[in-house]
Amino acid sequence: MADKIKVFDPRGYPPKVVGKRLANRPESLDGKILYLIDCLFDNADVFMEQLRLWFAENMPAVETRIVRPRESWVDDPEMRARVAADGSAAIIGVGL
Amino acid sequence: MGFALALEQQGVPTIAVSTHAFARLAKATALTAGMPTVRSCFVPQPVVGRTASELRAYIEGTDPILKQPFMKGVLDGLLQPLNDDDLKGATFERSTPRFLEPDTEDNLRRLFIENNWTDYLPIMLPTEARVEAMLKGTSLAADKIVGRMRPTSFREFWEFDVEKVAVNAVMAGALPQYLPVILAMAASGISARSSSTTSWATISVVNGPIRDEIGMNSGVGAMGPYNEANATIGRAYSLVSQNVQGGSVPGDTYMGTLGNNWNYTACFAENEERSPWSPFHVDQGFKPTDSTVSVFFGGWYTQSGFGPRETWKEKFIRCLVGTDHYSPPLIVMDPIVARAFVDLGHTKQSLIEWCAENAKMPARNYWDDQWVTTLVKPHAIAGVEPFASRLKAKPDEMISIFAPNDIKIVVVGGETQGAFKMLSGRFSSRGPGTANKGDPTGLIDIWR
Repeated sequence: MADKIKVFDPRGYPPKVVGKRLANRPESLDGKILYLIDCLFDNADVFMEQLRLWFAENMPAVETRIVRPRESWVDDPEMRARVAADGSAAIIGVGL
Repeated sequence: MGFALALEQQGVPTIAVSTHAFARLAKATALTAGMPTVRSCFVPQPVVGRTASELRAYIEGTDPILKQPFMKGVLDGLLQPLNDDDLKGATFERSTPRFLEPDTEDNLRRLFIENNWTDYLPIMLPTEARVEAMLKGTSLAADKIVGRMRPTSFREFWEFDVEKVAVNAVMAGALPQYLPVILAMAASGISARSSSTTSWATISVVNGPIRDEIGMNSGVGAMGPYNEANATIGRAYSLVSQNVQGGSVPGDTYMGTLGNNWNYTACFAENEERSPWSPFHVDQGFKPTDSTVSVFFGGWYTQSGFGPRETWKEKFIRCLVGTDHYSPPLIVMDPIVARAFVDLGHTKQSLIEWCAENAKMPARNYWDDQWVTTLVKPHAIAGVEPFASRLKAKPDEMISIFAPNDIKIVVVGGETQGAFKMLSGRFSSRGPGTANKGDPTGLIDIWR
């Protein structure tokens, strides 16, 4: 029978995960502002424009506003503050 | 996804829309952010290159992951009342043990492969004795924190210490005297295993006295598998990156569609002694007696040639324009080539400036690039130069694609041929997966 040996774990140290709740949902989007956030990935602007048109045609009582962060892959607290100030909901895409 | 998570915490119900190829990644990112039930919806891959009508069909079609109409998922996600899981999120501790459960060598080798902790080439198992011997390569404490790393900018950082770097250095087959170089590379915070869809890698260049002290190769075959130090230092950096950042697993923590051979190992020394020019690290403000390692983020393309021959200018322009201009070139050249450029009257800097001046393409071609559109265009719209001027150019107008500071030159090779290569290699490491946004040349001596 082969001898057993002891070896190190090669992985780093992950941070603790702290649970966070989701935002309360509205009963309806009618008369409210829905932000469509173009994340700047290639062709996301075309997708968001089509999403805006879908709401205009199918849910015209929803006011949509397309916004963009300052740059790709980088947080934009000012843009988030604008969305949080008067937005009732948001859709961001397309990408991660 | 990062915006969606942040907006939910600011009280804004948010849907993150991704393509179906990123479903696992979206789920993992939400879980490690403590919000596993954040609402995501999916459209088919790709979005890039699709027309407006095709994207409208995505919106009016079926979510390929949730198997329901895409807009039903969007509206349900924004309007349906929250449940208990939505209100509490997920809180949990994760730990990685210092040691694994003792087992036979064969079983442990299988465990490392099954856990995706290797590059699938044979490794040295990191036993206590081997890691203890490796740690003799530095005077620093094993529990000294070296830094933190993540596979891309929207993922969580994992932390790592000297011992973790030593463990991975053992796995790569490195010798203890190589450890300070590997520590300096890891401390850059730049992951050699970026999860980007573009299959980035890193290419590392060592300068200074340590090259000779540890027997690195800067001559014949320096960029190939012909030297123990070059090979195992580069491999160690790659293994360190994948393991201390929390993985490099396709579909989860790695999304590079083609993959990249540079991810196995990519490290060499500059041939300072045969170069007619100052060493690279001296150009960056270090002393000739400093030992440094410089990390270039790229590995995406390679252009090659000989010379400089009579038509070298046309050849260089073809190579420069043939690069992917989001990722500027690291030009590596044999000493024969460097000395021939000196004979033509060039300094290193004048050659760099010539390259920047002559690397031009029509504005239409420049902007018709996925990364330029995604990452450069927002700066152009915001008025940042030189990008704003490039955006104002008419479609057929020839515009410069690099600034002089984008282009770097390193002399390497054994003078068996007058060869050069232009490698994708951004020196300022701004890019997905990188923590270090500044100058990525690290001093090795502080890690001895």
